[in-house]
Amino acid sequence: MNEGIVVAEMTADVPMQYGLLLAAVLFSLGVIGVLARRNIIFILMSIEIMLNAAGLAFIAAGARWAAADGQIMFILILALAAAEVSVGLALILQFYHRTVTVDADAASEMRG
Amino acid sequence: MTAAFYIAAVVAVLATIMVIIETNAVHALLNLIVSLLAVAIVFYVLGAPFAAALEVIVYAGAIMVLFVFVIMMLNLGEAAVAQERRWLAPRMWMAPAGLSAVLLGELIYMLWQGPAAVPVGTTVTPREVGALFFGPYLLVVELASMLLLAGLVGAYHLGRRERAVAKPEMETAREAQQETQR
Amino acid sequence: MLDLLALVPAFPLFGFAILFITAGTLPRGWIAAIGVGSVGISAILALIVAAGFLSAQQPYTQIVWRWMAIGGFNSAVGFYLDALSVVMMLVVTFVSFLIHFYSAEFMADDEGYSRYFAYMNLFVAAMLVLVLADNLLLLYLGWEGVGLCSYLLIGFWYRDPANGLAARKAFVVTRVGDTAMVIGLFVLFTHLGALEIQPLMQRAQESWPVGSGLAIAAAGLLLGGALGKSAQLPLQVWLPDAMAGPTPVSALIHAATMVTAGVYLIARTHVLYELAPPIHTAVAVIGALTLLLAAFSALNQTDLKRILAYSTISQIGYMFLALGVGAWAAAIFHFMTHAFFKALLFLAAGVVIQRLHEEHDIFRMGGLRRRLPLAFWSFLIGSASLAALPFIDAGFYSKDLILLETWNSGANGPWLWLAGIVGAFLTAIYIFRAVFVVFFGPVNIEPEGRTGFAIAVPLIVLSLLALAGGFVEIPEYLGGIPAFTELLSAVLPNPPSLTAPTASSALAGVLTGIAALLAMLGVAVAFVAFLDRPAFVTRLIESPVGVTLQRFWAAGWGFDWLYDRALTRPFVWLAQLNRSDIIDFFYAGVAWLSEAGWRLLSRSQTGLVRWYAAGVAFGSATLIILAVFA
Repeated sequence: MNEGIVVAEMTADVPMQYGLLLAAVLFSLGVIGVLARRNIIFILMSIEIMLNAAGLAFIAAGARWAAADGQIMFILILALAAAEVSVGLALILQFYHRTVTVDADAASEMRG
Repeated sequence: MTAAFYIAAVVAVLATIMVIIETNAVHALLNLIVSLLAVAIVFYVLGAPFAAALEVIVYAGAIMVLFVFVIMMLNLGEAAVAQERRWLAPRMWMAPAGLSAVLLGELIYMLWQGPAAVPVGTTVTPREVGALFFGPYLLVVELASMLLLAGLVGAYHLGRRERAVAKPEMETAREAQQETQR
Repeated sequence: MLDLLALVPAFPLFGFAILFITAGTLPRGWIAAIGVGSVGISAILALIVAAGFLSAQQPYTQIVWRWMAIGGFNSAVGFYLDALSVVMMLVVTFVSFLIHFYSAEFMADDEGYSRYFAYMNLFVAAMLVLVLADNLLLLYLGWEGVGLCSYLLIGFWYRDPANGLAARKAFVVTRVGDTAMVIGLFVLFTHLGALEIQPLMQRAQESWPVGSGLAIAAAGLLLGGALGKSAQLPLQVWLPDAMAGPTPVSALIHAATMVTAGVYLIARTHVLYELAPPIHTAVAVIGALTLLLAAFSALNQTDLKRILAYSTISQIGYMFLALGVGAWAAAIFHFMTHAFFKALLFLAAGVVIQRLHEEHDIFRMGGLRRRLPLAFWSFLIGSASLAALPFIDAGFYSKDLILLETWNSGANGPWLWLAGIVGAFLTAIYIFRAVFVVFFGPVNIEPEGRTGFAIAVPLIVLSLLALAGGFVEIPEYLGGIPAFTELLSAVLPNPPSLTAPTASSALAGVLTGIAALLAMLGVAVAFVAFLDRPAFVTRLIESPVGVTLQRFWAAGWGFDWLYDRALTRPFVWLAQLNRSDIIDFFYAGVAWLSEAGWRLLSRSQTGLVRWYAAGVAFGSATLIILAVFA
């Protein structure tokens, strides 16, 4: 009754598979991005795309069972992505200061 | 509401394709933000409003902004765009696209293996999510916070520039101070 | 009393152990006391044991411990005493003791004093193990032990590479013989199932018919071993070079004891030779050929010790001749007298060489009979015994016995006798050549120093033995004291003169007369040729035929040259071919292969991020395919 704002029923009847399919498509687009781009920043962005897709998969699965666990996992992925991005960008800055380029192929001292 | 899902899905896919094709970093970022917003709409439609809100606030709002700041700091300029165009020759796309297609194919195959999809239509409110966070997943919260702490410290340390000129400057400053005191 | 037997080889072994452990840190007196004393105690114990044996009059076995028991093969460290090993043991211990005593003064200035006595004691221990062993494996242990000590002692002055070369040559050549012997042991064990000598001989007699292939093989292979150790044809090349060692070593090892190990082996396993007539004949033929060959070579040597070395080869040829015609006891008798007079000759030669500051060439010596009287008389007595001058010396009785038995030994007898006679003639010539050139004529080098007590006593004792040692076996027509052969008749079969005599007593007397005459003729020839009218000999030598012959004979009938061309050089050529070591190629190949693999795989480590990401993607795609579709 007075539970606060009544949220209109805005949930769609989308089968889980379509949600997961979307996640799969986004994930593979992210994979293409990681493998094809040479600019480090774009590689990082593609990784973000992949993480986002993974989170989408969790949400879709959670919505299937109407359980909050999916969202919780998504929130954790979010925290992870935040930490990873900050560290990754700091590394990119260091990399740029050492080798004045953003070419990922320049970081090949581990060769051989 | 189902239409919203499909439209948002298409937008997300198109925006992501733009991200990975784009040569200008800032443009790519903006496309990525669009993609994230579309995914937030998908979340909402799937009955996860809390996740949708967080997606917008944290992912699109904080992480992408961080990206923007760093790209501005790097100040790459027009030369970088030209270089990107050079690097993105069409033949560069073949192998990654192939590999990715294989992966996608496998995933789709596995998805359509199971029983027919059953649509569910209930929303999971933030209240439920919160209840779980303070219930079974309490330790997970603590772990996440530790992860963030580690990320913070790591980012601070790794982001530092080596201050080779700082020390002698401090020395002269201190000497000057002592001079004035005498 | 008889159970002291195991201590006879044990004491020299203790001496070796002490000297080895203390490694030269003891004072000289102590080293000499331990080195000589251990062999001395061994000699005394040998006498006691011999006395006990003579009163018991039957063979005695003492098992000290079980050496190994593997599968069906049992071997023990056991000592066997019968008449043959008593004789060997007494001669070895006694002569060794005298030589050790001599060495105490002879080697006194050498810095390797302790090492010398350690090796000598080890040698005596090994030799005693060899002669007392009751099974062929233990005998082989002693065999190898004496070979090792021979190597160590020939190369005693190791700083000169020539000595090391001579030592290696001795070792390698005897090794050829040793290998044949080991294969012979394998044959014996495989077919007869045991290596203990007495049971082995019995089983051989029961299971193998006369002339069977296995008996021939076994006897032939053991003969190969004996040829190596005793420096007979074709393995005689190492003995002249072995004179690089100190003179007492030459006296002990390369005259009196080690080189007679082959003779002992054949006498011990005589049953096998009786079962293999072709090999038995071969022994006699080899003996005859060797004694002639070595006599010719000895005649053309200028180094005093090399004369004596070839003389040893020749005299052992006589022993082989005796063994080959079936006169087993005569061979052992000659071994005993030879030990006495050859050791005497070497020790006297040692005195001469040392007092003349290591001068070996006889033509640079001269007129020493008044300067070195003791050496002169010792050498003279030894030479007389070697040349078998009639009646007054031991060598006469033993050589005479051999020649007699040879004549009696069937169809080939007279031919072998002829070879022996010619050899005796040459022996007299070459040894008295040495006597006359070294001790008569003008003095070229003045000797320095004094001969002390420790050198004099062994020389005197051995001189007495070389004179009187033969009186234990006097033939019938001269009085008849067959004590020696009677002693050994319990062990060794009867010689031809008793089994199938073809010569009457009168003929025996005539043959002996011929031999004695030839010996004295040889002395006369040597006197004329080298003392009275040396110009004649010089002309003979300098004639074209003479030069080539002399060079040929002096080089030991070219055997060294032959072995060098036929064996050494092809082997060296093969080794050069295989310089990069084909076998090693496989091992190096494994290493190369793994390195090639590494090089190939390290190309996958490009260091590129995208490459690694692609690897992850590819791997996960593959795994998913495997998981889902397989």
